[in-house]
Amino acid sequence: MDLVDFARGPALKVAFVIFFIGVVWRLVNVLLLHHRRNLSEPRRGVAESVFGGLKAMGSRSWPHPEFIKRTITGEALGYSYHIGLFIVILLFAPHIIFFGSFIGVRWPALPNGVVTIFAVITVTLFVAVLFRRLAHPVLRRLSNFDDFFSWFVVALLLVTGLMATAHVGAPYPTILGLHILSFDLLLIWYPFGKLMHAFYIFPTRAVDGYLLTRKGAPS
Amino acid sequence: MNRSSVEFHANLAADEVALGERERVAGAMRAFTREIGALSALRLESCVHCGMCADACHFYIATEDPQYTPVLKVEPFKQAFKREAGAFAPFFRWFALKRRVTADELERWQHLLFDSCNMCGRCSLICPMGIDVAELIEQARRGLFEAGLAPKELYEKAAHQRRTGQPEASSEPYRDRLLAIGWQFKVEMPLDKPQAEVMLTVPRTDIEHYPAAVAALARVMAHLKADCTFRSDGLIAENYGYYAGGRDWQREISLRLIDQALACKAKVLIVPECGHAYSALRWEAAELIGKPLPFKVRHVTEFLAEALADGRLKLRSADLGVTAFHDPCQLVRKGGVTSAPRQLLHAMGVKPRETTRHVGFNVCCGGGGGVLDIERAAPLRYRVVEEKFHEIDGTGARTFLTSCSDCRRTFDDGKQRFNWQQTPRSLLELVAEHLQGG
Repeated sequence: MDLVDFARGPALKVAFVIFFIGVVWRLVNVLLLHHRRNLSEPRRGVAESVFGGLKAMGSRSWPHPEFIKRTITGEALGYSYHIGLFIVILLFAPHIIFFGSFIGVRWPALPNGVVTIFAVITVTLFVAVLFRRLAHPVLRRLSNFDDFFSWFVVALLLVTGLMATAHVGAPYPTILGLHILSFDLLLIWYPFGKLMHAFYIFPTRAVDGYLLTRKGAPS
Repeated sequence: MNRSSVEFHANLAADEVALGERERVAGAMRAFTREIGALSALRLESCVHCGMCADACHFYIATEDPQYTPVLKVEPFKQAFKREAGAFAPFFRWFALKRRVTADELERWQHLLFDSCNMCGRCSLICPMGIDVAELIEQARRGLFEAGLAPKELYEKAAHQRRTGQPEASSEPYRDRLLAIGWQFKVEMPLDKPQAEVMLTVPRTDIEHYPAAVAALARVMAHLKADCTFRSDGLIAENYGYYAGGRDWQREISLRLIDQALACKAKVLIVPECGHAYSALRWEAAELIGKPLPFKVRHVTEFLAEALADGRLKLRSADLGVTAFHDPCQLVRKGGVTSAPRQLLHAMGVKPRETTRHVGFNVCCGGGGGVLDIERAAPLRYRVVEEKFHEIDGTGARTFLTSCSDCRRTFDDGKQRFNWQQTPRSLLELVAEHLQGG
């Protein structure tokens, strides 16, 4: 068994099992904790509050105008690299074939050259994100192992992917094997760190949007 | 856990000093574990350390000191969650990935949780993940209270209020002070009626500093011919248990008012011009006693706006010149009382010139949530209020109003310090001065 076969065979299976069980357990663990009952007289009814929760799921994607001046750098960087990641992960032809082999569905790809440009931009943004985390007093103060390791895991995936596309650094099968192994690493790390925010973001926005609307407060 | 960048000593009451380090940690962990539920876990799990909450916090904006980043203030709570209740808590314990919170850390966090946070909720509005950071801070305060680390001023006032109903000893009981205010301002104070539709409460801040606001409440209620009463045994609206983080004390202090409202069969309990009192009674009391309140809780401006809407209240126009209005955080951002104050102003022909940040996004005065009572917090509070003064001055207002006595007191305190030209006024007093036919 060569490196590629190992990476997309047993290693991927183990990684996926850890990913799946880990994500489910981390979500279930939250649900198993005690739930608070809202006994105060609501200012808004259930339907309006639910709508407020649904609205917050979308509206929190962009800061209120009052805050934009202070947060524009973080917002711009965050949006840019997330969009870059989505393009590189979901619209690159080899990735579509790879994911398609598991789920049986394929979708149109962007030309490889275009995706490569996005990947280079995304890696550059990732470096900027790291630099900002180290340089910004608030971010530096907040940061812990999870912040840096999660950054490393995603950055490794991007860099090995670029190397595989450009055929540099080592023979293609070796780089491809390392790229798939870095994906396995991402799956394994996923449930343990902040990458889980992809699963938490909408429930958290919805719940707090619901609770604030229930009070008639801005959300 | 990151270390605080400033050195300071915890400010403790005599009862709290006696606790040993082990008892402090055990107390905090007990409270943190109790406070961790599905909602707080979801919030704690969601934080991505983006740091944006700092950009909403007036303490950070005024100082640019990263220790005042709101989510950093809940770090001991977050650490306890990861170690004790998180999905992988056993791993965090077995492999020492998260250390146990130490008494020293808890002691240093006293400054962050109490001196530099009004639980105003502005950070909750900026969070891209939608986390209500202010509520996490409230829960973290409860951990510090049970660690015997509530600031001395808040602990002592909470203890006194729990025992006697008023947060501090006074030369005469507040009920007598209330009657004296009635005589002074020539207004009848309805007191201890056995039955009344409306139960009235007063802020201790008004009793001590703004007696005209107390008289205004009685005058407006008399004008409305409301069937109302103050109750000697449930007079004070503020809840120092809430400020200090004492969950059980907060509950007991709320119960004192609830019992009095039940005793006089009130259908409505009026919270006067006090923001945190409104949060404690309107949104938290029912949860703490474990059942819905059998009466409505209304802020006085809400009550008056309802009277305005149904035609019972008519107001004369007020000639105030350019007027600015400060939205108290607990009423507006956290309480949803967004339109009532402006409806009253409009009824008096006053169209407030808004500050750059207003209504739900208004910047807090810096004194609420007990901060005004903490002597050590004064220098930090002044930096916040100074920013606020610049914002209010920017409106060019001649008259400055608010509907929370703690905000008013914070501004007055800052006024002395900076020789500010404005005099903060009470919206309720303004209404009382402009009653049609009054």
